[in-house]
Amino acid sequence: MSDQQRTIPAPVANVETKPYWDAAREGRLLLKRCIACHQLHFYPRALCPFCYGETAWEEASGNGRIYSFSITRKAAPPYAIAFVTLEEGPTIMSNIVDIPLDEVRIGQRVRVVFKPSEDGQPVPMFAPAG
Amino acid sequence: MSINGAAYIAGIYEHPTRLAQDKTVAQLHAEVAKGALDDAGLTRADVDGYFCAGDAPGLGPLSMAEYLGLKLRHVDSTETGGSSYGVHVSHAAQAIAAGKCSVALITLAGRPKAEGMATGTRPFAFPPVVPDAQFETPYGPVIANMYAMCAMRHMYQFGTTSEQLAWIKVAASHHAQHNPHALRREVVTVEDVLASPLIADPLHRLDCCVITDGGGAIVVTTPEIAKSLKRPLVKVRGAGEAPKHLNGGRVDLTYTGTAVSGPIAFAEAGVTPADIKYASIYDSFTISVLLQIEDLGFCDKGAGGRFVADGNLISGVGMLPFNTDGGGLCSNHPANRGGLTKVLEAVRQLRGEAHPAVQVRNCDLALANGTGGSLGTRHGAATVILERE
Ligand SMILES: [Zn+2]
Repeated sequence: MSDQQRTIPAPVANVETKPYWDAAREGRLLLKRCIACHQLHFYPRALCPFCYGETAWEEASGNGRIYSFSITRKAAPPYAIAFVTLEEGPTIMSNIVDIPLDEVRIGQRVRVVFKPSEDGQPVPMFAPAG
Repeated sequence: MSINGAAYIAGIYEHPTRLAQDKTVAQLHAEVAKGALDDAGLTRADVDGYFCAGDAPGLGPLSMAEYLGLKLRHVDSTETGGSSYGVHVSHAAQAIAAGKCSVALITLAGRPKAEGMATGTRPFAFPPVVPDAQFETPYGPVIANMYAMCAMRHMYQFGTTSEQLAWIKVAASHHAQHNPHALRREVVTVEDVLASPLIADPLHRLDCCVITDGGGAIVVTTPEIAKSLKRPLVKVRGAGEAPKHLNGGRVDLTYTGTAVSGPIAFAEAGVTPADIKYASIYDSFTISVLLQIEDLGFCDKGAGGRFVADGNLISGVGMLPFNTDGGGLCSNHPANRGGLTKVLEAVRQLRGEAHPAVQVRNCDLALANGTGGSLGTRHGAATVILERE
C-alpha cells in the first residue's frame, strides 16, 4: 500500500502519558475523561482542560470519521496526515493508512490500527472501517 | 483604557535583502532598527522601550538590547510566532499610554534562506517537554500539511475551490511586479498556480509563501513626539490579539484566532470592515488569507472563496486591495514570520508611500492582520487598525 515504508518518529512518553502508550502496545486506544465534569478531551492531560478537574483513563471504541486530511506530496514516500473525529467526540491528529492515498476522503469511516514507530512503540493510526 | 489615539507609528523600515549570506541575524536586527529610527527622525538614544520575539537571538530583548546599545525602561518579548509584531504594536501603544515608555522599537530579522531551511516541509522538532509533541510528531506534521488541512476542510464544508485560492496568489503577483525588492515579480495566472506542483493537497507550490532572509522594524511613539517629527501621522486606532488551539480535541479548522482579535480591534477603533480602505493580511499560504478575510468580517464565513476570486484583492480593480507590496506570497517572509511586514505596507499606504501603481486613493484607514504558528494546530492572531491623521 501507499505509506508503509515511512519511518514513523517514536513518541516520547512521560509520567502523564505512559498509560496511553502502554495501552497502544496492547492495541487499545485510550482517552481521558474528567471525573468532575465528565467530558472527554485529547491529548490526554492530568487535569481536565475544561475545568481543571482530575481525569481518568477509559478505552475508546477506535471508530471515527476523517475530519480533514492532506497528502504530503513532498515527502518520500508521500503520506496522509489527518484529523479524525472519534465516535466518542474528540478529534485527534493521526495518519490514514492501508488505503491508496488518492482514495482518502473527508467523512470516511475509519478504524484505529497500530503501526510500529522507529523504536517499536506502536502508534494509533486509522484505516478504512470494515 | 483604550489605546485608540494613544500612540503613533513614527518610523518603519523593511530590509531590502532577500538573501543575507554575509550578514548575521543580530546585524540584520541592527540594520532595520537604524532604518526605522532614521525614517522617524529619531536616534538610538531616544529609544526607551524595545520589543522582539522568537527570531531574536540569545536571551531575547536582553541580548538584543546589549547588541543594539539600548538603554531601556520597558521590554516585551511576547512570542506568538508571525503574529508577534502586531501584538507588539498593540503592547507598545499600551505601554506608551501607561507612561512606561515613550519611544518603542520593534525589530524582526532572520535568514532562513541563507541557512537553507525548508520552512514548509521540514519535520517539526519540538522537544519531548512540549506537551502536544508526542501526540503529533509521529504523524509527520509540517507547516504545509497543517495549513493544507484547513484548506481541505474549507473546501469540503463550503465548496471553496483551488481556483478561488489561486486568485489570492494572482492578486499578490499583480502587486509584486511593482516592488523592485520582491523575490518573485512575475505576474502569474490561476492556471499557473494550479499547474505548479502539489506540496500538500490541496496546496500547490504557488499557494505557499516564499522563503527569504531580511527583516523590518517599527517605531511607535507618543502623540506629542509623533507630532514633533516630520513624517506623516499614522495613529493606532485599535488592536486585538488572540491565540487559538485544538481546544482539548474540539477541533474546528475553518476559522483562525482572528475571529476573536478582529472584532476586538474593530470595537476599539470604532470602525467596521466596510470602512477599511486597505488591508494587509498575513499570507503564509493562500488559505491563510481566505480564513482571515472571513474572520475579519470582510465577507461571511464560507464566502471567502467567492470574495477573493476575479481580482477582488487587486489594488485599483477589486473591493479590498491587499498586500500591495506583494506580501509573503511574492515579496518576502523574513525569519518565516510575516506579521511585521504586514504593518509596514499598511503604514506605506496610509502615508501615500506605496508604489504609485498600487497606492490606494485616499487611504486613510488601514488594517494589518497577522497569524503565527500553525493554523492547523495552535497559533496566535493579531489585528491592528491604523489611521492617517
Ligand atoms: Zn472537567
